[in-house]
Amino acid sequence: MVDLNSIYDVLVIGGGNAALCAAVTARRKGKSVLLLEHAPRDLRGGNSRHTRNLRVMHGAPTSILTESYSEDEYFQDLLRVTAGNTDEVLARLTIKESGNALPWMESCGALFQPALSGTLSLSRTNAFFLGGGKALMNAYYHTADCIGVHTLYDTEVQTLHFEGRSVRNVTISVKGFPATVRAKAVVAASGGFQANLEWLKEYWGEAASNFLIRGTPYARGRVLRDLLRKGVMPVGDPKQCHALAIDARAPKFDGGIVTRLDCVPYSIVVNKLGDRFYDEGEDIWPKRYAIWGLLLARQPQQIGFSIFDSKSLNRFMPSVFPPVQSQTIVGLAAQLELPPAALEKTVREYNVSVRPGNFDSKKLDSCHTEGLVPPKSNWALPIDVPPFYSYPLRPGITFTYLGVKVNEEARVLMEGGTPTDNVFAAGEMMAGNILGCGYLAGLGMAIGTVFGRIAGREAAKIADN
Amino acid sequence: MELLRSFTNPDLSYLANLCHNCRGCFYACPYAPPHEFALNIPKTFGQVRNESYAEYAWPRVLAGVFASNGVVVSIVTVACLTLIFMISMYFQGPNSLYAKHLGSGAFYSVIPFRVMVTVSTVTLGYALLALAMGFLNFWIDIGGTIQQLFSLSNWQRTLADVLTLRNLGGGGHGCTDKDETFSNARRRFHHALFYGFLLCAASTTVAAIYDHFLHWIAPYPFVSLPVLLGTIGGVGMIVGCSGLTWLKLVGDQTPADRNLLGADIALTLLLALSAFSGLVLLALRSTEAMGILLALHLSFILALFLVLPYSKFVHGIYRSGALLRNSIERRLGSATSIE
Repeated sequence: MVDLNSIYDVLVIGGGNAALCAAVTARRKGKSVLLLEHAPRDLRGGNSRHTRNLRVMHGAPTSILTESYSEDEYFQDLLRVTAGNTDEVLARLTIKESGNALPWMESCGALFQPALSGTLSLSRTNAFFLGGGKALMNAYYHTADCIGVHTLYDTEVQTLHFEGRSVRNVTISVKGFPATVRAKAVVAASGGFQANLEWLKEYWGEAASNFLIRGTPYARGRVLRDLLRKGVMPVGDPKQCHALAIDARAPKFDGGIVTRLDCVPYSIVVNKLGDRFYDEGEDIWPKRYAIWGLLLARQPQQIGFSIFDSKSLNRFMPSVFPPVQSQTIVGLAAQLELPPAALEKTVREYNVSVRPGNFDSKKLDSCHTEGLVPPKSNWALPIDVPPFYSYPLRPGITFTYLGVKVNEEARVLMEGGTPTDNVFAAGEMMAGNILGCGYLAGLGMAIGTVFGRIAGREAAKIADN
Repeated sequence: MELLRSFTNPDLSYLANLCHNCRGCFYACPYAPPHEFALNIPKTFGQVRNESYAEYAWPRVLAGVFASNGVVVSIVTVACLTLIFMISMYFQGPNSLYAKHLGSGAFYSVIPFRVMVTVSTVTLGYALLALAMGFLNFWIDIGGTIQQLFSLSNWQRTLADVLTLRNLGGGGHGCTDKDETFSNARRRFHHALFYGFLLCAASTTVAAIYDHFLHWIAPYPFVSLPVLLGTIGGVGMIVGCSGLTWLKLVGDQTPADRNLLGADIALTLLLALSAFSGLVLLALRSTEAMGILLALHLSFILALFLVLPYSKFVHGIYRSGALLRNSIERRLGSATSIE
């Protein structure tokens, strides 16, 4: 049982993938481990609950991965999405160690889906969890439980008390009751601050109150801010966040993948005034979907409306909500509470500017507008076959990039670059070291797994001394 | 199927009956309660299954018995107890129930042979007819054809799935039977019940052959095929029923509909009582308790076969149909390679 009077060898802050990897690793080295999860048991697992796979380097086909994916190719993919904004040493460490991750994960009860033959390109680079991220977290928590990791749910860490470059004790709140934990080493793995709207407002002003948070409401960044205030070196642009256009009717938090919409290239997107504001057909969607969150964030009331007609209804994956539907544009405007005349004018001007072409949803096609500002450069078809449809869109924040600087031992560095004595970081809290901007599917889980294990191993060494 | 955007009622009947209620989706789903979407597929599918049992029931007028099935099964059981005791007293006089009967034909001095054979043949025949009609209603509704039922290759995978309960194995590691951890408990208990039931059916069949063709009249000695089959089968049924009920009661209740628990418990209890009364009858058949025990045993068996088409028992019929369609779809799918 949890004993807050004892001195734990390793204290793990957080309850997602990186935290569990660290806790299990340290416990398997014989250390006493306490894991503090802010969420209640039913909502444990941070944003890992919403993940599906991790990106794995491998030299030959396996039962769950096709072909091969070399260190260099992996690194080139990372360079491409981050435009070079990465720490090459830590990045290559993550990539190499990802190649050893799967057997270890399986030893913790992780199950994977067999490789899908055929067209799904991710089956070469990414290992898919059977049942998804929440099932993986269930397996990890079960393993942690069985080997004797102590876990407290509903427990928020408030302050880490530094003495020089060491943390000796930590103030926590257990189900609202204050307490103190003493530990020989601390692993901070409690994510970014994307669910902290007040913090987001520091960069985005009042607009942030209209943001939707796609993942856990518990990623409030309290430990991250505490560490930065105590002189830990930051990494990553604090203003940047990964944001998509998601269904505006999604819940404030935790809407996850089912609120995502891919309707933009097949529609026009207007703002609250009924005006278009960006080229919906600029490039193929996978290259553009991550800019739409911030585009919407700059529009009045942070909302947009994708407008399309019955020709396009089945061209994209819908969200979990049904589209708003009407036989006329004016009727659609009434339901969306948009100025009807303005919306009608926008659609009319768009329709007359569309040039005939050969529509092809799979590539940049010849369907575009002429004389329209902003233009729609591809997949432009007139919106003229009722019923007309709309999905309301809002910015959906996936994660923030700000983190703490770490070295190859996952040890947190102070301003100036001196390593702390006994503080380690893993997961989203330090992912900005490797993913400075952009996004690569399955990289977050790879970083969390690799650095969680490194942090657990190194923290266990501290307890030995 | 996974590419469909909208589903018809037959689609849902098919999916709900194909679902083996492993509850893995519930524990893996980030949208399960307390998330505000409160997605609870196992509970919803349980309700849809129960609605489909009513929808395909034959004759249709009896669809209502699935609304509060536990009560119906209980009332039928009580009615059968009353009936069998009355039959015994009417034909053989009240004293035969308390007398010691030994030797060949001992059972028939409690319930006359002719009555026993007539009642059991009629009940069994009706149960099989009603189950078959229910299956056909389901099969036609989910888009199956009669022709498909007569293709042996369609049945190969289905029979293997039914007999091994492959889908309760989760691919080897088992299923989330009780909570979010994996086990093979439900599969094993179901096997004990299923094969126990089949052994008891085999025991009765062998006994019927002995009686009809060889003119060996029951009761048979302990070391005889009918008694050995029945004893092993009965023990299996009791183990299976106890285990399945235990899982139902101690397992996580969130992914289940409380209102459907009555139907589950009623049938497993009736199955367990049938088996248990049979075993006690065997143990005490040479004492004065035999008459009462035989009447009890036959009452439970009669009740069981009367409610067979109108109880949770039908899940096996519809799930087999759903597995059959699934195996046909898989074969077509691998032949044409769905995009």
